[in-house]
Amino acid sequence: MSTGTLDPRDAALPALPRGRGVRAGAIVDRAYHVTLTAVALSVFAVVALIGWECVRGAMPAIRAFGFRFLVSTEWDPVAEKFGALPYLYGTGLSSALALLIALPLGLGTAVYLAELAPRRVGGIVAFVVELLAAIPSIVYGIWGLFVLAPVLRASVEPWLIAHFGFLPLFRGFPFGIGMLNAALVLAVMIVPTIVSISREVLLSMPRSLREAALGLGATRAEAIAVTLDTARPGLLGAVILALGRALGETMAVTMVIGNSNVMTLSLLAPGATMSSVIANEFTEATGTLHMAALIEVALVLLAVTIVVNLCARLLVIWSTGGRRDVAGAA
Amino acid sequence: MNAEPLRRVAQSALLGVLLATSAGAQNLTGAGATFPYPIYSKWFDVYKQKTGVEINYQSIGSGAGIQQVKAGTVDFGASDAALSDAALKDMPRRVLHFPTVAGAVVLAYNLPDLKVPLQLSPDVIVGIYLGRITTWNDKRIAAVNPGVRLPAAPILAVHRSDGSGTTNIFTLYLSAVSGPWKELVGANTSVSWPSGVGGKGNEGVAGLVRQTPGAIGYVELAYAKQNKLAAASLRNRAGNFVEPSLASTSAAVAAAAAALAKDVRTPIVNAAAADAYPIAGLTYLLVYQDTKDPKRARVLSNFIRWAMRDGQELAASLDYARLPDAVIQMNMATLATLTAGGKKVGE
Repeated sequence: MSTGTLDPRDAALPALPRGRGVRAGAIVDRAYHVTLTAVALSVFAVVALIGWECVRGAMPAIRAFGFRFLVSTEWDPVAEKFGALPYLYGTGLSSALALLIALPLGLGTAVYLAELAPRRVGGIVAFVVELLAAIPSIVYGIWGLFVLAPVLRASVEPWLIAHFGFLPLFRGFPFGIGMLNAALVLAVMIVPTIVSISREVLLSMPRSLREAALGLGATRAEAIAVTLDTARPGLLGAVILALGRALGETMAVTMVIGNSNVMTLSLLAPGATMSSVIANEFTEATGTLHMAALIEVALVLLAVTIVVNLCARLLVIWSTGGRRDVAGAA
Repeated sequence: MNAEPLRRVAQSALLGVLLATSAGAQNLTGAGATFPYPIYSKWFDVYKQKTGVEINYQSIGSGAGIQQVKAGTVDFGASDAALSDAALKDMPRRVLHFPTVAGAVVLAYNLPDLKVPLQLSPDVIVGIYLGRITTWNDKRIAAVNPGVRLPAAPILAVHRSDGSGTTNIFTLYLSAVSGPWKELVGANTSVSWPSGVGGKGNEGVAGLVRQTPGAIGYVELAYAKQNKLAAASLRNRAGNFVEPSLASTSAAVAAAAAALAKDVRTPIVNAAAADAYPIAGLTYLLVYQDTKDPKRARVLSNFIRWAMRDGQELAASLDYARLPDAVIQMNMATLATLTAGGKKVGE
């Protein structure tokens, strides 16, 4: 997370003891090195194994549908015809919307906590925010279903329909559950991630940066802007982590999104995501092709997650001009 | 089967542990349907007190139960949907179906101003779930509810989002009463719903129905009874409006007895009897006709025999409909065909 010059690779190694200790020290060093390398590589092994198992399980569906799987909107377990587009769309839309709502909220909170709040207040609020991150997703789902949905149905959605009903985005009936509800629940779930990581990143910014900006006659807001700009790679990291959670979130979304594979532009209409369809249909899928199609959805989800992460890395490298010291932070 | 790796790792590991810890001949393992789990666990409990036989049952879903039977990791499987011909052929050996209890699917609705029970006809239910009837004051609904003022509110049709035996029974019914439904959607544990929203599990559907005025959704009879949900009376094949109840469900099974005698897997939806509730279904135990271990086979056979006699008396207390005598006799006859290593299994 550090974005300063504290890269361990640059730090001078402590001098090794001379004499008899050298050999033993070297062996310990070597063992240490090998063990840590193995631990680090095992992460790759796990990801590769997951990928391999998904490909293997999805093979009947891959053979049957090929590329059509990604562009077909049909998901019919009776006729055994499967296409994942509605779920790709649902995952993308709900996550993007959630990020759109959570980003200003989360970043604003983080800036307040790191830069403006009195130290003690900042600590307490940060603790509470982190507590939010520990709430199980089913609790968020129940909240979405029993607290948020009635509010949306009774006041928010009728208002949206009355005032913005001319937009295809807000067409339909106010039922309270659907894409909008899912996006809001997701937003609440990812705000803590954005806040806690962004706050850490901002706190790790050298004080001299702010002091220099203020010394040059910048206002407080301008000084914060300078800090934010410098912290950009770390902040992007926070956003990507949050997006990762939104993309993969299953239980809460399944409870509030309405679970329909009909694709519409309307945010009031029910939708479905890749993880929700897996959660819904996996246990009772009896057909071979149905099961394979569900596993292929998992494969697509894995691919989407990897692509999003890669894009984020590239974005960080690009936005920092490839400076490794900061690029590594995300 | 390519579908298995994920499942096998998770489930058979668990079952393997259970098997290893309870490997005696006096213990059986089963896995499958969640719908009959309350009555099964009651049966296993009572049966253990009576005979000392311990039965471990994992309610992991019908689909997963069938997989376990196929993999041979359990003594019996349990499924709300009977196996198709193709699935039966896919099994390594001959598998027998034993219906245990019957259940029904009810249409629960949320119409706060309605004073009398809602009445529905097959074409109205199909119309609602096809998305062709979208408001409560539709003429077709009014026609089967004479003298009742229905609101001009939109209908929210709620279905199960997770694959389930309940969905299977409900869509079997819709396919039985409607040609267009059979053609457009069909019947399965999960289908491609043309409209409406999905809730996860009975509680998900009931939750949506309860908090959304104008909603209608299908849930198990037992769940609806225990949660006191308002359920619609349905017009059956004889033309009578029938309330969902244990008696009208048993009547549906009894009406189908002849067809069941020919093939125990025959769906019992849309039964012809005057007092039969039309959306009913059986839940089954799946057992290999021939097994290796004669001792285990005898224990299992004795349990099923007990479930058909004493077990049936417990059904109503947990809101399951008991089997009619004709079907019990049929099960007894099927039990007599069980073999172990080619030899008959005694009592």
